[in-house]
Amino acid sequence: MISVNAISKKFGKQEVLKEFKLSFEKGNSYAIMGPNGSGKTTLIKSILGMVLPDKGEILVNGQSIKGRNDYRQLIGYMPQIGRYPQNMKIGQLFSMMKDMRPEIKQYDLDLVEEFELDKIKDKSMGTLSGGTRQKVSAALAFLFNPEILILDEPTAGLDPIAVEILKSKIKRERESGKLILITSHILSDLEELTNQAIYIFEGEVFFNDSIESLKEITSEEKFSPAIAKLMQWTLKKKSTTKVLTYA
Amino acid sequence: MKTSVRFLFFVLVGMLVSSISLSKTILLKPGTSIQKAVDAASAGDTLILKSGVYRENGIVIRKSLTILGENRPEIDGQGKGNILIIAADQVRIEGLKLSNTGRSTMDDSAGIKFFDSKHCVIKNNLLENTFFGLHFSNSSDMTITENVLISNAEREYQTGNGIHLWKCKNNLITNNQVSGHRDGVYLEFVTKTEVEDNLVSKNKRYGLHFMFSHENSYRRNTFRGNGAGVAVMYTKNMVMENNRFEENWGASSYGILLKDISDSKVIGNTFLKNTVGIYMEGSSRIEFEGNTFRENGWALKLMASCDQNTFKGNNFTQNTFDMSSNGSVVLNTITENYWDKYEGYDLDKNYVGDIPYRPINLYSVIVEKIPAAVILWRSFMVTLLDRMEKILPTLTPDQMIDQSPKMRPYDFG
Amino acid sequence: MLKLLKYALYDILKSRFAIIYTVFLAMVAVSIYQVSDDLSKVSLSLMNILIMIVPLISAVFATTHFYNNLEFIELMLAQPVKRSQVFLSQLFAVILMLSLSIVIGFGLPMVLWGADSSLITLLAVGVILSAVFTGFAFLASVITRDKAKAIGISLALWIYFSLVYDGFVLYLIYSFADYPLEKVTLGLVMLNPVDLGRILMLMQLDISALMGYTGAFFQQFFSSGLGVLVSAGALVLWMLWPGMLASRVFGKRDF
Repeated sequence: MISVNAISKKFGKQEVLKEFKLSFEKGNSYAIMGPNGSGKTTLIKSILGMVLPDKGEILVNGQSIKGRNDYRQLIGYMPQIGRYPQNMKIGQLFSMMKDMRPEIKQYDLDLVEEFELDKIKDKSMGTLSGGTRQKVSAALAFLFNPEILILDEPTAGLDPIAVEILKSKIKRERESGKLILITSHILSDLEELTNQAIYIFEGEVFFNDSIESLKEITSEEKFSPAIAKLMQWTLKKKSTTKVLTYA
Repeated sequence: MKTSVRFLFFVLVGMLVSSISLSKTILLKPGTSIQKAVDAASAGDTLILKSGVYRENGIVIRKSLTILGENRPEIDGQGKGNILIIAADQVRIEGLKLSNTGRSTMDDSAGIKFFDSKHCVIKNNLLENTFFGLHFSNSSDMTITENVLISNAEREYQTGNGIHLWKCKNNLITNNQVSGHRDGVYLEFVTKTEVEDNLVSKNKRYGLHFMFSHENSYRRNTFRGNGAGVAVMYTKNMVMENNRFEENWGASSYGILLKDISDSKVIGNTFLKNTVGIYMEGSSRIEFEGNTFRENGWALKLMASCDQNTFKGNNFTQNTFDMSSNGSVVLNTITENYWDKYEGYDLDKNYVGDIPYRPINLYSVIVEKIPAAVILWRSFMVTLLDRMEKILPTLTPDQMIDQSPKMRPYDFG
Repeated sequence: MLKLLKYALYDILKSRFAIIYTVFLAMVAVSIYQVSDDLSKVSLSLMNILIMIVPLISAVFATTHFYNNLEFIELMLAQPVKRSQVFLSQLFAVILMLSLSIVIGFGLPMVLWGADSSLITLLAVGVILSAVFTGFAFLASVITRDKAKAIGISLALWIYFSLVYDGFVLYLIYSFADYPLEKVTLGLVMLNPVDLGRILMLMQLDISALMGYTGAFFQQFFSSGLGVLVSAGALVLWMLWPGMLASRVFGKRDF
């Protein structure tokens, strides 16, 4: 559904993505992992069209996204930190977002109801706590029933009840056959919510397969140790490359 | 014919009854020759011109006659020479329309041209498309009143002066309207003449131009939109009072240009929207009092060689520059004026500012040297420069100071 | 586009800044009306303030606003809308707000106590300068990623156009005083929007002075059909190009 064809991106001298290739299929839920600065956010933002790759192309439903914006109708995006117009009330924010996609008439209000956002719809965004803003972000991401959900650290900052509500929502969406991309540092969440693991290291895909095979390859029974092993391997690779370079 | 005979009869009877004189009244109709009627008349007679157009020029009058127009008859000079040429005393010309003189600069073609005349009255005439309007040489005790002179020339060389006096004295010029000529009113070697209540506008060169003309007075005239305003040169003992100088705009245009004037008074005049209100050069002992300078580019341009002039109790409001000078102007007195740009204070509440006012600001000095710099006027940078100069004067002449600036404008009514 | 503008405007018009700025301008205008005894003095004083304050506030506020809205801009970028529209809606919202503040802040006292053509011109100049400096501020904002740096650039542009540039022109006129510099000066003036705005006012307030000497050349130019066309064209360019360039940079920028 989304294919990333050999994109490269440099920020200044730093090469964040190198000939990056990856494809995401419908019905799967991907955990995108990697150390800080490995290129996870750049990848997500490239898919959203917020970062423009230097080389390569990204296809959504077989069409290049370059210079287009209509494909974003298919995407629900929950940013890491959602900041909104300070003077806008929650209710107004929702009607504005609905206004941005006038062709969609069917709204998914599950999260709005479960987070009880209706009760505070007259509060302005500026007065909300970080957690409440995250709830708003989450509710907005699901509002249009999009085929693709991109969730950047979705559970960060949410209280435990809200985390549970959100997780069950994500699961329901996954079961209904949507494509879901999640980045998170909370491995237990990822294990619970995803079936595919992608590990990015220094702008390249280091691992890309199902969580089952990840466990097999690393010969670990649990997700966290498996990832830990993956990280160790990357470090080794790094040292070997170094050695190679010096040789 | 019958009625006119009867009319003539009554007039004659009336005259005989009052037994004032033996003069008679002659009626003229269009188509008859004015010159012949003049030749036939005797001194003291009255010619009445019936309404209509008389095509005639070069009519010479050498005796005391009264020529009256009935319903403003027109004498059309047909573009040739002068229309009336008069050399006599006690001539009265009233109610005529004179049009289309010649355009010769050789003989200065005029609507009416007087030589060596005395005690004449020129009243309520309309002069259109004349080269010179009313032209007087070597005459005295003339009364020029309520005439309207209009020239439609496009350029300065295509027209002469409206009211032109040369070597005349004791005249009265009042309530005339002069427009579109080269100079509206031109006086040269004229003395003891009063110019009052005239409206002089849109003349190509000066509204009022006088040279070597002493002891004259100008009161309540309006000079508006003339090419270069009013020029007064080489003159002394002059009184200019309660005149209005308006919208004299141009590269070398002034409300008044005073050049080599002395011992005169400029009182109660209004200078509104002129490029330069008063431009002075080589003038001394002039009193300027109770004048209003408003919305001029420069209210005063005081050139070097002006001394002992007094500027007292005038209002200066909304002029771009209040005063400028080309160098060190000394020995002039500036006092008790109201300057709207004054930013001082009055702690003792005597309506006089406690710190002196410097009417010459830095930028006016710069603009005087480099005219193109005017385009930067009112920019933040220039404002800053002027502020600095006010605190630490370096370039502006420090003698030009009003030591007792008024806090409130004078009400001249 | 209109939708985006509507929401951007809605946000900005309700901001505390919009109210403070309007009230500030109104207070300035009211106090000047109180102390001045006639209208042309009012427009003179207002102009002195406007020429300096409006570009400064526009530059600083627009930069700050852009950075404060960056997250919101990012939110919009993830929606199915065009990038250029996201940008332009922000730009126009700021320009509209700043203009409205001027029109209301200066305009209400004018409605109350009267205005003449110079005051109406003043409002127009205020709106134009707001647009120009908002354009500059947005340009400064998109070419840097640092708010402080962007504010620095905006301030530098303000100082340059309000002060340094005129100093340079004066220096030039002074140094080449012996040459006819009218046309050069005219050309130089076209390169500074603040000067152009100021001259629009000069044409109203100092018409008598401009009629003299070299001034007549400027006066003739700025009141001739060609001059009006050229100077209006220059002002329009000044209003457009910083914003357009900024929009292009914005279109290629990563978020």
